[in-house]
Amino acid sequence: MTEEESPQVEEATREPDDMEQQFPGVLTLDERKGYGGYLVPPDKLVEFATQLRDELGYDYLSSVTGVDYLPEEKMEVVYHAYRTQGGPAFVFKAQVPRGDPVVPSLVGVWLGADFQEREAWDLLGIRFTGHPNLRRILMWEGFEGHPLRKDWREAYYEEDAKPFENRFPEGGVYRIEDKISFGKNVKYPSEFSPEGWIPEGDEGLYAGVGQISTDGNGGTLKTDQLVVNLGPQHPSTHGVFRMVVTLDGETVIDLQPVMGYLHRNHEQIGERNTYIMNMPYTDRLDYISSMSNNFGYALTVEKLMGIKPPERTEYIRVIMAELTRIVNHLWSIGFLLNDLGAFQTPALYAINERELVLDVFEAVSGSRMMCNYFRFGGLARDLPPGTLQTIRELIFERLPRRIDELDLYLTDNEIVRARCIGVGVLPPEKAVAFSAAGPVLRASGVPYDVRRADPYGIYDRFDFEVAVRYGGDVYDRYLVRLQEIRESIRIVQQAVEDIPEGEIQTGKALYQVRVPAGEAYGRVENPKGELGFYVVSNGKPNPWRYHIRAPSFINLTALAEMCKGHKVADIVAILGSIDIILGEVDR
Amino acid sequence: MSEELSNNENPVPESLQGQIAITSLDKIYNWSRRSSVWPMTFGLACCAIEMISTAASRYDMARFGMEVFRASPRQADLMIVSGTVTKKMIPIIVRLYNQMPEPKYVLAMGACASGGGPFKEGYNVVSGVDKFVPVDVYAPGCPPTPQALLHSLIRLQEKIDGQSVLEVPWYRREPIEEIPQPVLGPDLVDPRDIPDFAEKLKAQEERLAAEPE
Repeated sequence: MTEEESPQVEEATREPDDMEQQFPGVLTLDERKGYGGYLVPPDKLVEFATQLRDELGYDYLSSVTGVDYLPEEKMEVVYHAYRTQGGPAFVFKAQVPRGDPVVPSLVGVWLGADFQEREAWDLLGIRFTGHPNLRRILMWEGFEGHPLRKDWREAYYEEDAKPFENRFPEGGVYRIEDKISFGKNVKYPSEFSPEGWIPEGDEGLYAGVGQISTDGNGGTLKTDQLVVNLGPQHPSTHGVFRMVVTLDGETVIDLQPVMGYLHRNHEQIGERNTYIMNMPYTDRLDYISSMSNNFGYALTVEKLMGIKPPERTEYIRVIMAELTRIVNHLWSIGFLLNDLGAFQTPALYAINERELVLDVFEAVSGSRMMCNYFRFGGLARDLPPGTLQTIRELIFERLPRRIDELDLYLTDNEIVRARCIGVGVLPPEKAVAFSAAGPVLRASGVPYDVRRADPYGIYDRFDFEVAVRYGGDVYDRYLVRLQEIRESIRIVQQAVEDIPEGEIQTGKALYQVRVPAGEAYGRVENPKGELGFYVVSNGKPNPWRYHIRAPSFINLTALAEMCKGHKVADIVAILGSIDIILGEVDR
Repeated sequence: MSEELSNNENPVPESLQGQIAITSLDKIYNWSRRSSVWPMTFGLACCAIEMISTAASRYDMARFGMEVFRASPRQADLMIVSGTVTKKMIPIIVRLYNQMPEPKYVLAMGACASGGGPFKEGYNVVSGVDKFVPVDVYAPGCPPTPQALLHSLIRLQEKIDGQSVLEVPWYRREPIEEIPQPVLGPDLVDPRDIPDFAEKLKAQEERLAAEPE
């Protein structure tokens, strides 16, 4: 929580604070223990949000999510808004009865709320009135139930919370598949019968298909718009991502991203797990940059627990997070070139350097990709002997030269320039409105970097520049990434010089951490953008709510806007320049 | 034909001796197939990144004749199921499998594709791609390292080596049946379940009713 701690005072004696005085009758301080922010009545939500954006300057909506408070029979929608000039969050919440959760949509105020509200509808069943396209986003249309509701149970349901009791105390081990009648991870409503039932198709998606007005096509010829599906099995969609593209000739008129093909129920599994069990799952969010995902989750739970890691750990964390950024941007640049048609060669060069950094990760954590290295208040283990020397050689000798080499071959390449400059432009005001984050936001001329705007860890000690460009096109996103690799190298160079000896764990390393009741929103500047974790604890060993603000997912909100008016081949380049990872988009 | 080939009365002419090797048809056929297994460009999740690393310069799958990744299932011999198979994705995977021409192989890469892995309990996860398509090789790991994937590919080559033209299903007279494609309903509907669907649904109801709250 970046808000001040809510004072533990009785309602009758508490003086209303500044914000409450400024908005009498609209804001009430959230006084639950361990909570912060303000409650807003749902009917005043839109009006208040507009004022918040226009008068108080909170122009950037970071996260929208719902929480199902089953014991209190309430649903709560939680909003985290920031100022792009920097500073802490303004948190506000709307509470609605659980039986009929209806909240006005804030898409009209912040466009970035679009996908997040659809997700809350899909998984929690909160209806957002006034949302332009309130359809399921991660599951498919027609799926039975809203899986993140606390009374919804999956087919393989065993117990509410882990760790499970010994399931086979008398032996007789069985698999859950053998116990359930269908033998698969499925369950159906009792009235369902597959005979005579017609599956819901994609009609909703194709609703935009129609005839182009005659003046759009030379005035005489009437033609149909063409709908083209890209994905989910497509070599250029960076995983199982699907786009339904409406075309006039080869020009994109409209684009609908369709996701959820890799929706693996991260949040629901996370709410069954204990806190520490979620750490390896965070690796699998953005699987190119597992270390920085660990960082975000560790920070959030540390905020809830009120602990800080020791000095040496802070340095190792920064080193690992920045190495991750280098790895991610190398990969992303390599594959952007792949998308542009420079098949394999640039990517092979980039992957070569990535492998060297992965060797460091393997040395410290035991795994190349899924590091699972961070712990609450510490790390899994200290750096093995010799690792710092390897990192030094990489960071002072090899990588800077290799980055220069990439720069030399790619930046002024005629084809790269022709394909990238002026393609997929996202103007700054749109980028902020769409809640774009990371290189996408910074390439549009908004110098917003969480490491600077709201520093976490020990980032305030390092000397680095926030990479920013002003064109907002594919080329500038590429340049921002290149620049960020250089800045990351600078940060690691400083960190390996200053790293102290000492402990790596605050207190004892525990399997079962005690997390006091409350809520926390922790965010880090991930290579893809701002990664946020919203965790609600009720004092039990499992989080009550575990939500991830995934930068790749929210950056996709702006995809349609960027693609309109360009050619089909440009979509591939634009998507490559957003740099999505499906593990994080779909979670 | 085979009798004629194995007839010793047809000696190798002197001028060709030392230049001709005699082998079985299976062996030469399998050798050519196992040396040019073309995988499909088909990445699902984290494992796909390791699959790409395996194909890239450091591990270099090309040494085994496998670097030709094809984006179209019509041109592929091998489907590497590299990642978590979700219910939303399985209809497409089954369709891609059906579209691949025979002979075709499936490699379940990693814990998720083999049996659901860490995400098995998830409501949108298919616990193993072998619930729908036949799998030839399972690669353990989360994700399997490139070395592990290479090892599984070599195991696949060994499997191909052991096959006989006379016995493989794709040279039989009767056509190979397609796998019925699952449909997305209130949950994933497998057409193979439909004949006794009502019974199974009843059993499910009873189990849910018996479950303690």
